[in-house]
Amino acid sequence: MQVAVRVPSALRELTGGRSRLTIDVADGGTVGHLLDAVAVTHPAFERRVRDEQGGLRTHVNVFLADEDVRSLAGLDTRLHAGDEVSVLAAISGG
Amino acid sequence: MTQTLVLVGTAKGLFLLRSDDGRGRFEVEGPVLAGEEVYATCIDGRGATRLFAGSVSMHWGPVVRRSDDLGATWTEQDEASIAFPSDTGASLNRIWQLTPGGPDEPDVMYAGVEPAALFRSDDGGHRFELVRPLWDHPHRPEWNPGGGGLCLHTVLVHPTDPDRLLIAISAAGVYLSDDGGGSWRASNTGIVVTFLPGSPSPEFGQCVHKVARDAADPERLYLQHHDGIYRSDDGGGTWVPMASIGGVDFGFPVVAHPSRPDTAYLLPLEGAEYRCTPDGRCTVWRTTDAGAGWTPLTDGLPQEDAHLTILRDGFTTDGDDPAGLYFGTRSGEVYGSVDDGDSWRLLASHLPPVLSVRAAPVGTG
Repeated sequence: MQVAVRVPSALRELTGGRSRLTIDVADGGTVGHLLDAVAVTHPAFERRVRDEQGGLRTHVNVFLADEDVRSLAGLDTRLHAGDEVSVLAAISGG
Repeated sequence: MTQTLVLVGTAKGLFLLRSDDGRGRFEVEGPVLAGEEVYATCIDGRGATRLFAGSVSMHWGPVVRRSDDLGATWTEQDEASIAFPSDTGASLNRIWQLTPGGPDEPDVMYAGVEPAALFRSDDGGHRFELVRPLWDHPHRPEWNPGGGGLCLHTVLVHPTDPDRLLIAISAAGVYLSDDGGGSWRASNTGIVVTFLPGSPSPEFGQCVHKVARDAADPERLYLQHHDGIYRSDDGGGTWVPMASIGGVDFGFPVVAHPSRPDTAYLLPLEGAEYRCTPDGRCTVWRTTDAGAGWTPLTDGLPQEDAHLTILRDGFTTDGDDPAGLYFGTRSGEVYGSVDDGDSWRLLASHLPPVLSVRAAPVGTG
């Protein structure tokens, strides 16, 4: 199945300027599987989202449609064909 | 043509100060890597000049970038240059130090990071590998973080024997290796701690802030501890106190003169609580006798209402002769001297908090 990933503007230099990626994920795949696939095609983008142990970075939010995946099943959140996943910087900083 | 390049890493990006007229006028460029904390930079002049920057974005994590065109462009590897192996369970928080290997091993680079670990690259800084024997050291579970986190912030490679390495960790102290990192031993004999119960001279646990190597005698080292200043004359095997600077022995950086023997510089800060320049006066102190005595250097530095903090990597030399010396403050000023510290001037102001400064003459073709 295919899932869309929206890329924040701050990271588009890591996706060749693309704001949206279309990623193939096996049926029944999860957000974690999606990011595994992104790590193959766009590794520098993916490691902005997860650390080397595979955890979501503290100040990065990943939304499935309009739901923060942390409020769902995190990286185990199931995906479906046509889903759109957004990577966003948390509103934190100083 | 030679340019003097000063890399100023700040809490909000990297600034580059360039002088093309023999260190008369410095132009300020930047920020690049805007928004990222730049704790580590390196100017590697062993071959064609390579610049490195180790930065961390609050959101997007740490990155090593490299520039082969003197800072005009910066690139990163597709795969992470520094990453903890999965079996460690650790994740890279911050890159504290990027240091070239020996002069005869031009593709070797070291990185000191938080959580405290040493990484080594054998391919010119593209890909670093964890130095396992230090990570597996039996002391490591007992290391405690200082205020900056549990960071490996100092890497010194012996100039004639690159297998001899000195690293320093806050707050674990100095560790030495004689076999290129294959084995490590704590080496803090003589460094007194006042912030731990029990023995004032534990085997490890010292809060070493920075170590610098003498220009002429590679066995002579200068050390700024949390609450004391020390010298070693045996390659870091043992440490002896240097003369106190009016009782103000707290500070972060220490810099050795790049060519004069027995000459080093300190920037003491008031106490362990206030951590600003004492009495509102900004003073660099210089020894020319390996710490037997210290001379205040104030010409051109603010001497009233100057409550400045200079961090451990915020003070450096450009290696030139006479020595250029540069330091940056947490309030965003960069001061420089091009006469061995005799006089100083403000090179930049209103920058974000300065975290790191490195400088060198570079060829511009």
